[in-house]
Amino acid sequence: MTATIAYDDVEVGTELPERLFPLRRSDLVRYAGASGDFNPIHWSDRAAAESGLPGVIAHGMLTMATAARLVTDWAGDPGAIVEFGVKFSSPVVVPDDDEGALVSVRGVVEKKLDGNHVVVNLTTRCRGEKVLMASRATLRLP
Amino acid sequence: MPLNQDFVGRRFVAEVPFQVGREHIRRFAQAIGDDNPLYHDVEAAKAAGYPDLVAPPTFLVNAIPGALGLPTDDPALGLDYTLVVHGEQRFSQRRPVFAGDELVTASTLTSIRSVGRNEVLVTTYQYETTAGEQVATGTCTLVSRGTAAPRE
Repeated sequence: MTATIAYDDVEVGTELPERLFPLRRSDLVRYAGASGDFNPIHWSDRAAAESGLPGVIAHGMLTMATAARLVTDWAGDPGAIVEFGVKFSSPVVVPDDDEGALVSVRGVVEKKLDGNHVVVNLTTRCRGEKVLMASRATLRLP
Repeated sequence: MPLNQDFVGRRFVAEVPFQVGREHIRRFAQAIGDDNPLYHDVEAAKAAGYPDLVAPPTFLVNAIPGALGLPTDDPALGLDYTLVVHGEQRFSQRRPVFAGDELVTASTLTSIRSVGRNEVLVTTYQYETTAGEQVATGTCTLVSRGTAAPRE
């Protein structure tokens, strides 16, 4: 195990500082290929408009992976995640330009449980709106 | 057009196990912009005590079902993917997924209910190795927009 954060170092209220992750249209295309999710609402403006969306939107799972990143980098070990759940509350619209969409993720330790488990509550926003709700990851730390 | 309620309760088990490959893990990690050495470098993963490359946590819920036949892919269900948005996703894992794992996915479409004009589909997943070791479980909620039957 390579976790850099130990259970004893963590308190309820310990913060995982905010990080910004840009998502561009090319990231969506790459994610479609790697995940096998080729739903055109994630790459075609025409398909997005036809299904009544405000624009091409990021795969929910890409947003979830981005949020997970804050936790796995903090823990130092992606294998530390034992549970993770999110609700997709608002779509991440990704325009076809150089900037794309900027996703901000920050977290706070909400609970310490038996068995060296901690629960991190994540706040994930794009353009000021919460794009994930009820977003909690449980980690087993050394 | 409302979804076919006959699918509720159906369980689907993949006929062919999903072979988790190093290159797939690397490509997936690249796609989420994550250069964590445990996803890319076999020696780093072994030095960390793992048998091979570690898959990013969300690899399981997305990359694996994407490569399998799913209940939601059956045309008889009537799901139009251009109307679908992801509502909710949860998973829990007993251990991380590693390169070299051969996983069998069983999925059950547990409910389809109307919420306003939308329909909400819940599917649960169980992942185990071909040797019978339980690796993870997951729950996926999809929203099919505007397909609910109009109220009388």
